[in-house]
Amino acid sequence: MALLQIAEPGQSTAPHQTKRAVGIDLGTTHSLVASVRSGQAETLVDANGQAILPSVVSYQTDEILTGYPAVAQSEIDPVNTIVSVKRFMGRSLADVQARGQKFPYQFCETENGLVAFDTPQGKINAIETSSHLLTTLRQRAEHSLGGDIDGAVITVPAYFDDAQRQATKDAAQLAGLKVLRLINEPTAAAVAYGLDSGDEGVIVVYDLGGGTFDVSVLRLQKGIFEVLATGGDSALGGDDFDQLLVDDFITQAGLNSGQLSQADLRHLANAARRVKEQLSDLASVAVSLKLSTGEYQLEVSRQHFEQLIEPLVRKTLRASKRALKDASISPDEILQVVMVGGSTRVPKVRADVAALFGKAPLTSIDPDKVVALGAALQADVLVGNKNADDMLLLDVIPLSLGLETMGGLVEKVIPRNSTIPIAKAQEFTTFKDGQTAMMIHVLQGERELVDDCRSLARFTLRDIPPLAAGAAHIRVTFQVDADGLLSVSAMEKSTGVSAAIDVKPSYGLSEDEITQMIKSSITHAKEDMTARMLAEQRVEAERVLEALDVAIAADGDKLLSCDERDGLLAGMAELKQVAQGQDDKAIELAIERVNKLSEVFAARRMDVSIRSALAGHKVDEV
Amino acid sequence: MAVTMTDAAADRVSAFLSNRGKGLGLRLGVRTTGCSGLAYVLEFVDELEDGDEVFETHGLKIIIDGKSLVYLNGTELDFVKEGLNEGFQFNNPNVKDECGCGESFTV
Repeated sequence: MALLQIAEPGQSTAPHQTKRAVGIDLGTTHSLVASVRSGQAETLVDANGQAILPSVVSYQTDEILTGYPAVAQSEIDPVNTIVSVKRFMGRSLADVQARGQKFPYQFCETENGLVAFDTPQGKINAIETSSHLLTTLRQRAEHSLGGDIDGAVITVPAYFDDAQRQATKDAAQLAGLKVLRLINEPTAAAVAYGLDSGDEGVIVVYDLGGGTFDVSVLRLQKGIFEVLATGGDSALGGDDFDQLLVDDFITQAGLNSGQLSQADLRHLANAARRVKEQLSDLASVAVSLKLSTGEYQLEVSRQHFEQLIEPLVRKTLRASKRALKDASISPDEILQVVMVGGSTRVPKVRADVAALFGKAPLTSIDPDKVVALGAALQADVLVGNKNADDMLLLDVIPLSLGLETMGGLVEKVIPRNSTIPIAKAQEFTTFKDGQTAMMIHVLQGERELVDDCRSLARFTLRDIPPLAAGAAHIRVTFQVDADGLLSVSAMEKSTGVSAAIDVKPSYGLSEDEITQMIKSSITHAKEDMTARMLAEQRVEAERVLEALDVAIAADGDKLLSCDERDGLLAGMAELKQVAQGQDDKAIELAIERVNKLSEVFAARRMDVSIRSALAGHKVDEV
Repeated sequence: MAVTMTDAAADRVSAFLSNRGKGLGLRLGVRTTGCSGLAYVLEFVDELEDGDEVFETHGLKIIIDGKSLVYLNGTELDFVKEGLNEGFQFNNPNVKDECGCGESFTV
């Protein structure tokens, strides 16, 4: 007997039509899966009742372990147990080595230069490792929801670039999940609190997890969450709080860390985590430590703990202030502050964040689960279980997308800040008679000239039928999917020949670079405008001259007197001369003069061609 | 003529309703669809429609349209857990046959 869930009024699905959608928080230290059942988002638990899946994968000769069993392996077999794989997503081996961090893994490289791990299961890249985590979550969801999963929304950090987003999508596909959309983690947290249906304004998301700290400044406007700024520290989190306590235990017990075994250190770390958690509710906690060197009774007060973590908390506040400054937002403009990540349970963190932003942060939803819950709500809408106009999150593309046209100009096809997903088509034509191929050069940026924009891809449309210049109709379609990934296709309309390309930029742009690109388009607006007009006039001049050259070669002798012909040639020579210069107005005038000079010629050519078309026909036939 | 709910179902329904923040109650119904002829409807209710009948149980309103009531008379709504999966189940004495999945049935 299938178990039913309550649907929204009028939204009951036919039998076997219920769509199972999940939200997945694929985190650095832990991952979760959530789903909406009977209108309520909840995290799905494994057979042991655990919602959290530690983001750890262990590769053994005969099996692949994920989650807690893999964590157990991390001490025995650190070389083949990948912890925090998210840090390697979309990264090349060179990237990882350049960062200079020490890892216990045996690194190698995939064919396309991405980082991979040498394990008993063979060469495994970061995408595959992530897919093993996602597979575990998918299977859990299938058991919990009683059937195949129709789609998933997966969250990624706001600062993830295109390569990292694409890697996350690839991992999901490998895990057999259909990705409905990738959404930013801070956005998901805001959705979980229902902020998307609230007032428009600025929302700060403070995310202090186990090993990472992220702060994001979002602006909600017309249903769109725009990321104004991000900041943080990829090596700061609750684990550092634990380490401070461990150090404190060692000092208090009068030990030095050199005399402690691995097991002692593990015991201390576990005790530290327990003490930290208890201090959220208690003013003071007694702890008894059983180490190889003896037994110790210690007492830790909340006040002492707060002194210990003070410098770390201050660091997060500094990063938060910087993010606000980057976004040009003052604290009094902030509408809401959302707390994400287990470490935001620490009362001092909450108090200091409240003091910094001048308002009490939102903490009512479990900070470990809030991102997954928000993703589940979004997945439920996208899969079609809810009225779409209830909530449809939109994202925008940060920079315009366009292609190169004659004269080194950029024709923008999709302007920046367009909401995605979006598809736009524009028609282009050939420049020369008999042109049979066309190069499509895809560019990103706000400037007018190709040289000032970022080149994303090039491809060639071939087998265009040879026609007169301007007669071919080539439809170029730009499509950006909901995850911000671009595909471009070109089709010649009469024959249907087409060519297409998916743009997966090998590296993305950082927030700073985007800001820089937009800023430079503003500072250079005037010169860009002039450059564009000049280039346009030059292209036009070239086109006119080319057409006249062809016409004169064909009919010049027959249809023009010597005087007329010389006059026209002189005008053309002058235009050629002027077109070399920098004055777009002068070129425009020269083109006009040539057009005037060639008017009679054009009229005669028209007459001739009509006459030849009608030759041999009677009047009543026409 | 009556339709009832188990305590477990009532607990869940009131939790879901309060979480949703609005709604008069819960609609039970049947539709002619599915592999075995009829399928259950389980929805939140924001507005009553013509021909709706309202039952009160456990302090909750159960709303059933007149046509569906014929098929649902005597039904008990239950909330059950099966392993990791959980959800609502209709214990309907009128059912003669079900499709394998139980999402649709005949009377």
